[in-house]
Amino acid sequence: MIAMTTTWPDLIVFIAAAAMAVIGALGIITYRNPVHSALSLILTLLGVAIAFLEQEAHFLAAVQIIVYCGAIVVLFLFVIMFLGVDNKEDISVEPLVAQRPMAYASVVVTMVGILAMLSRGGWSTGAQVATGASPGGAENVQAVGSAVFTTYLFAFEATAALLIIAVVGAVLLARRDRTGESISEGADA
Amino acid sequence: MSHLLLASGDPLYVFGVNLAVFIIAAVKVLVAFGALMGCVTLMIWFERKVISGMQSRIGPNRWGPFGLLQTLADGIKLFFKEDLIPAQADRFTFKLAPYLALVPALITFSIVPVGGTVTVAHHTFLLQVADPPIGILLLLAMSGLSVYGVILAGWSSGSKYPLMSSVRASAQMISYEAALGMTVVTVVLATGSLSTHDIVTSQAHGVWHWNLIRLGIVPFVLFLISITAELNRPPFDVVEAESELVGGFHTEYSSIRFALFFLAEFMNTITMSAVMVTLFFGGPAGYVPNIPHIQWVFPILWFLGKTTLFCFAYVWFRAALPRFRYDQLMDLGWKRLIPLSLAWMLLVAGFIISPAWGFALAALSLVASTFLTRAFDIGLNREAGPDSVLPTVGERPLPPYILRKLTDGDDH
Repeated sequence: MIAMTTTWPDLIVFIAAAAMAVIGALGIITYRNPVHSALSLILTLLGVAIAFLEQEAHFLAAVQIIVYCGAIVVLFLFVIMFLGVDNKEDISVEPLVAQRPMAYASVVVTMVGILAMLSRGGWSTGAQVATGASPGGAENVQAVGSAVFTTYLFAFEATAALLIIAVVGAVLLARRDRTGESISEGADA
Repeated sequence: MSHLLLASGDPLYVFGVNLAVFIIAAVKVLVAFGALMGCVTLMIWFERKVISGMQSRIGPNRWGPFGLLQTLADGIKLFFKEDLIPAQADRFTFKLAPYLALVPALITFSIVPVGGTVTVAHHTFLLQVADPPIGILLLLAMSGLSVYGVILAGWSSGSKYPLMSSVRASAQMISYEAALGMTVVTVVLATGSLSTHDIVTSQAHGVWHWNLIRLGIVPFVLFLISITAELNRPPFDVVEAESELVGGFHTEYSSIRFALFFLAEFMNTITMSAVMVTLFFGGPAGYVPNIPHIQWVFPILWFLGKTTLFCFAYVWFRAALPRFRYDQLMDLGWKRLIPLSLAWMLLVAGFIISPAWGFALAALSLVASTFLTRAFDIGLNREAGPDSVLPTVGERPLPPYILRKLTDGDDH
């Protein structure tokens, strides 16, 4: 099956995209500077977007870049710059005690999941068996659109409501009434 | 699989890819790149000349006829200037940032239809570099990526004012992207396709079919305002406000790296003018006289004419309008443009289904905007209690006596 569906341009694009994603992922965890980590994250996201394109999921690729590269990582950078945490952090003290073992456990679970999926699907251009064949070109955008607004309408609206609730909650928490005393004490300390 | 990817719009790729097709595609890329670079040179001259005219100055007049070669001279000068990197700078990011500003500006132009179709050596192709299925979404993706040039330049300079500039840039560009996306959606709704080629052909049957008229003029105005804010052009250039931030994100840049930022800004101005023409003014649509052999020239001329008009408008903005204050900028983006673009999108969607739906959604939007106006009113006139430091909108974030305590810490 692999030999039939994969041409050599596909292979080159896949290798380039995969290399971008993996190098970026390694960069995120190895760089000391949070801004460099955020840059590596952009590299990973772009790599994944190219992989989406290769899978003919054009709309998904566009949204990946618009939402993740264009908005979310910009927000990360905004927070990093605004709070001035762009110097070396001391990571020997852990605020959450169990987070390291938990991280190892979740890595193992994810890897097992990916390997289980790969054992049933094709290797080089992703698991078409797992995801199903996708219509290419403009039909792809229409397919995604009609799926989101008909079949999965409830899930879509629920996600939208969840995001709105999160935003309102964050605003409420951040703009609680504080008394003038606590502010001026904070400044003296 | 890859030939399917290319076969979406351009008739050039219908019969697969061979050497001739490859050469035509490569020539298209090279011609577009060269033309864009030439236009940027002209644009810089044009802006300086028009501004100087509006300010009763002479402007560049030494190099070439009318000072046309001034940009070339400036470019050569910038090349040979000393390239400084501040000691506090983050060297890798500092060097990377100008390219991150330039590349999205170049890529966006590839989706702009410059003319109709042309047949060369039995190969018919579109006069646009690429017609991908995601079409106009590429504009949004690239304008999202172009933020990084500004943000990283400011941050990596290791200097105070550029950092402030990049914090402003990140907030500003994210804010206006929402309104921008929403207006693009109205155009896509009217066309029924994301492809820029389809957007242009759907407007080809005369002025009354242009999206400017078809969608009501509001989406165009919204798009013009938000794209100007995305470009950081005056009156939205708080990112490089000379009076507050020295030069903004490019304060620490010199030599060719500075030139790259300059190039990116002017290239973006041209590209966005072209995108505006594509989305709302029918792109290359216009009267074509029946002269054999050179008919394909006229759409290109129409396109260039319309685009030049918008380039002039941008220069005019810069000469005529004072800069927004930062909080005014945010107010305009979040409180006016985003609700208005959302309401107009619903309106257009409603009228596409049926007039009844359209009027129902119009009524709904009116009711919603009444509530919104009331909410803004309450927010503006909110009284802060005696012990409360809840900030009132549109004023300083903290009461003056606390601010004084914070800033003159040693006095009390």
